[in-house]
Amino acid sequence: MRGLSVGYVVRRVGMFLFTIWASATLMFFIPRLAPGDPVQAMITRITSQAGYVEGSGRLVAAWRARFGLDDPLPVQYLHYLKSMATFDFGYSLAQFPAEVGTMIGRALPWTVGLLVIATALSFLAGSVIGALMAWRGTPSLLRVFLPVSLTFTAIPFYILGIVLIYVFVFTLRLFPISGGYRGDLTPGLSLAFVNSVVQHGTLPALSIVLASMGFWALGMRGMMVTVAGEDYLTLARAKGLRPLDILFRYEIRNAILPQVTALVLGIGGIVGGTVLVEYLFGYPGMGALLYQAISTTDYTVMQGIVFILILTTVTAVLIIDLVYPLLDPRISYERR
Amino acid sequence: MDPTAVTQIQERADQPTEATDPAGRRPTSPWRNRKLLAGAGMVVGVLILTLAGRLLWDTTLARAASSPLNLPPFWLPGGSFAHPLGTENSGRDMLALLVVGGPTTLQVGLVVGVTSMLVGTVLGFAAGYRGGVVDTVIRTLSDTALTIPTLAILVVISAYVRQMDVTTMALIVALFAWAGPTRLIRAQVLSMREQGYVRMARLTALPTRHIMFGEMMPNLLPYLAASFIGATSGGILAAVGLEALGLGPQRIPTLGMTVSNAISGSAILRGMWWWWGFPTLVLMVIFIGLFLLAIGLDEVANPRLRGAKA
Repeated sequence: MRGLSVGYVVRRVGMFLFTIWASATLMFFIPRLAPGDPVQAMITRITSQAGYVEGSGRLVAAWRARFGLDDPLPVQYLHYLKSMATFDFGYSLAQFPAEVGTMIGRALPWTVGLLVIATALSFLAGSVIGALMAWRGTPSLLRVFLPVSLTFTAIPFYILGIVLIYVFVFTLRLFPISGGYRGDLTPGLSLAFVNSVVQHGTLPALSIVLASMGFWALGMRGMMVTVAGEDYLTLARAKGLRPLDILFRYEIRNAILPQVTALVLGIGGIVGGTVLVEYLFGYPGMGALLYQAISTTDYTVMQGIVFILILTTVTAVLIIDLVYPLLDPRISYERR
Repeated sequence: MDPTAVTQIQERADQPTEATDPAGRRPTSPWRNRKLLAGAGMVVGVLILTLAGRLLWDTTLARAASSPLNLPPFWLPGGSFAHPLGTENSGRDMLALLVVGGPTTLQVGLVVGVTSMLVGTVLGFAAGYRGGVVDTVIRTLSDTALTIPTLAILVVISAYVRQMDVTTMALIVALFAWAGPTRLIRAQVLSMREQGYVRMARLTALPTRHIMFGEMMPNLLPYLAASFIGATSGGILAAVGLEALGLGPQRIPTLGMTVSNAISGSAILRGMWWWWGFPTLVLMVIFIGLFLLAIGLDEVANPRLRGAKA
């Protein structure tokens, strides 16, 4: 395939594996660097609850086996890597006997759905705004209006979310305040359920879109300004092509590709922001689960969530990176 | 989101052509940029107001149970001048919370900004100037740190820290904040290395140290400033996120913690807008100020953008 050399794919996949390994390793050693051996403290805490938590003996045994506390550190590390690679995150500490894998499995679709829809909308809206800001044919009324949309960029997702809740939930009473769907509905493909999901998802998505679209708009404007100086545009104008044709087929088409790089760089920040937005809106995704895990000091759930969040992000970046050379044959990855 | 990323993309896009295009340059000094000045004004304003507040207002009122509960601001019925911005549900005075929380937030930003800029300069120079294996290693590490959702890892780290204070939190946040500045500075050094004056300096056998600090550093200043601002605002963003999740310093009230308390105390639905509104407002002023600073610096460093009205 054009632009996609074997060496590049191998390098990218290697980078993908390295990132996952590095973050998993970091999460293994951080608890052990902290003073007072938290793993031991965790076990002590569970053991002290043994009197009234049914089946906690099994939990302690599972933990001992999982961390192999009597094994030397390298052996423990290998065990850990193996359990991460097989998505075996063990039991939740706070909600025993729930397994971390099941809890994450329930939450992940909500997060991925919200993220994909919100990011796609914001990327689209931002790129259009950025293109219009730099285009010479933009009506002057729009020119005054567009930069206003950028003001939100500086504001973190969830701070904007608070304002949105105040305006749309408290004052106008247009949307439900929290959750992913109405409690009395059973999840399924019924019209009422889908409608409820959309209603609950609108505000969280809106806070992500409003707060991040200015980022794409700024990048797009920068690219449009750069493209504007190119000779092929002068030629296109000299040929007498229609201005709209020039805008879409020459300017936007050339300017939008580097935006994909911005997507790769920005996606980690978007995921972090989404976590906070979910916490704010009580959205039943990874963010709310993470908050719950933090407030109950549920280390296994925390570790599992963070690992899956990183895995999801890095996978998304890998896919974008592999698709990119197909979109833009000029890209030579030798320089990256 | 991190404003330096924008700079990075634009600067990357500019590399193939000459960045020293004089088109659009105005006769006045580029540093007298309106956005730059407005942004600086906002950040310095918050700093001065909150520091002055420390002298004029009793900061012990920021402790729980030091004031009556749930008072509105003074201009609403029920409010009093003893607590001009009202109080929240555990008896903390809002004005005292802002006065204590504002400088703390800026302090975290400053620590993160300075550390990551220093690390970024050293690594960026090493990668861009030396190249080779050093470059590969640094680039791989910074790419890794850039793509992963750092907030997630910060959560794990913070959850294990028993005694969190402001400096510890700032240093934890700084663990991942160096990647952006490193990439930005590396790219600049890379393009600068091949420019005439640097080649000339190398031909005249000047010591590397002199080429780096005497010849290249002055030209990097706008980029250093931009990456400082970017890291600062990214650091504050991450810190506020950690505070909101309940992982921030426990002894000192912070703006993020106040907002987080307001959310869990359902202040929004109880109509207690002053509880979440004032800290949110201060945070917004700080973020918008830093954002304007970043954009202004971008226009200083990248003359092409000055022509485009925005």
